[in-house]
Amino acid sequence: MTTPDSAPAIVVETLVKRYGAVAAVDGLTFTVAAGSTTALLGGNGAGKTTTLSMLLGVLEPTSGSVRIFGHDMRTDRQAVLPRMNFSSPYVDLPGRLTVRQNLTIYAHLYSLSHVRDRIARLAEDLEITAVLERPTGRLSAGQKTRVALAKALLNDPALLILDEPTASLDPDTGDWIRTYLEQYRARSGATIFLASHNMAEVERLCDSVLMMRGGVIHDRGAPADLLTRYGRESLEDVFLDIARNRRSAVEEPA
Amino acid sequence: MISLRRVGAVCLRHLYTLKSGPVRLLEMAYWPTMQMILWGFISSFFTMHSSWLAQSAGALLAAMLLWDVLFRANLGVSVSFLEEMWARNLGHLFVSPLRPTEYLIALMTMSLMRTLIGIIPAAVLAVPFYSYNVFSMGLPLLVFFTCLMVTGWSLGIAICALILRFGLGAESLAWVVVFAFAPISGIYYPISVLPGWLQPLALAFPPAHVFEGMRAVLFDGVFVWGHLWAAIGLNILYLALAGGGFLLAFRGARRRGALLNHGE
Repeated sequence: MTTPDSAPAIVVETLVKRYGAVAAVDGLTFTVAAGSTTALLGGNGAGKTTTLSMLLGVLEPTSGSVRIFGHDMRTDRQAVLPRMNFSSPYVDLPGRLTVRQNLTIYAHLYSLSHVRDRIARLAEDLEITAVLERPTGRLSAGQKTRVALAKALLNDPALLILDEPTASLDPDTGDWIRTYLEQYRARSGATIFLASHNMAEVERLCDSVLMMRGGVIHDRGAPADLLTRYGRESLEDVFLDIARNRRSAVEEPA
Repeated sequence: MISLRRVGAVCLRHLYTLKSGPVRLLEMAYWPTMQMILWGFISSFFTMHSSWLAQSAGALLAAMLLWDVLFRANLGVSVSFLEEMWARNLGHLFVSPLRPTEYLIALMTMSLMRTLIGIIPAAVLAVPFYSYNVFSMGLPLLVFFTCLMVTGWSLGIAICALILRFGLGAESLAWVVVFAFAPISGIYYPISVLPGWLQPLALAFPPAHVFEGMRAVLFDGVFVWGHLWAAIGLNILYLALAGGGFLLAFRGARRRGALLNHGE
């Protein structure tokens, strides 16, 4: 793993998102060091997707701020969008278009040069060369995930935001994706921020974890620190302790 | 700053969609052609039996083709937008550097392409079928076409704003809204036919001026500048209102989180 730089890639301050009387996110404050991999964990409805959406600038916060590489996402997102990208199994690419067509469109949206070469290289890296001319909607879940990742890596993002990057994948494909992400971060020094329900994945990939419950960060720290703090052997047990409110940390979170 | 490359990328996305389904291309030309054939026969009948219409044999065909410009221009914007919603692709688009204004410019460009694909075959076929050449109207035709395109864009953009606000449950608006304006547009009859109280309302809508202008050219051989300026002024107003409405709806969608997970 690379050593995270000291300058933060993401600075979130007292971030709130309310829908009427309901606070989906209620006063989040955290920073993510550049070059690190950070996971946002929490049960369904904990506020992970809401938080990711605000980081991406597609959801306006009720109050608080998100700064990415020093740019305020409310007022200056255009300056930073070319340096970040996003992938989620829940946001599709047009299924009727071929993989190559989809990647070409996004390459132009990111104003990239040498589009054909870039797509060829990425396709080779992600082992999707054989499906480049196939309609995206007819691919298997594993192939779709690789294609979505190819789209997310087209612009060599300095910040990669991933929503459940290995959801519904078989163990082999999931492992392949995790290995690729590790290599990408090692090679590029990019910051990766991901939401996941796969605790083994988080333990393997992440330098730090934010545990959410009820729209707030309930605990945070390096995976090893959380295990120690909760006196548990796996992050899954820590997750269950927090999600079910059945056990507090042995010591106060840092 | 507007990036033509990003505008082009969105157009490319829709051109790929058209390329992937040739049936769509045929469908675009199908309805205008069918309308042209139907109205061509009606027109032929009327010119034989109506002294008023006999003065200009192509009036009904020209009206039909120009009304279809408005209809297709509206549909060209709203269907391109709906294709993005159906594909659940809005989220990806708007986490890229694409700006909403660039997206609107791309929708209008696609609308122009879709309209030309639909209208040109019908207009060309009218020549051998009915010996009527709509292009013989010359420069005024280009003016009328442009005015109706812009009105269609305004309607289409306003409908996109409503779909963005209310979700795919509002998608049928794309097909039905334009017909609410048909009775007051004076497509096949002069505005003076309408009840007195309805005429000011009709004249507040650009197509009424376009179709009045078209009849003046076809029947009297004169180009009425007053109608042109009125149509241009109203079009600027409505396009600005529709664009503003879309940007407001876009901001509302950002507030509600609807860009990443829009559906029914």
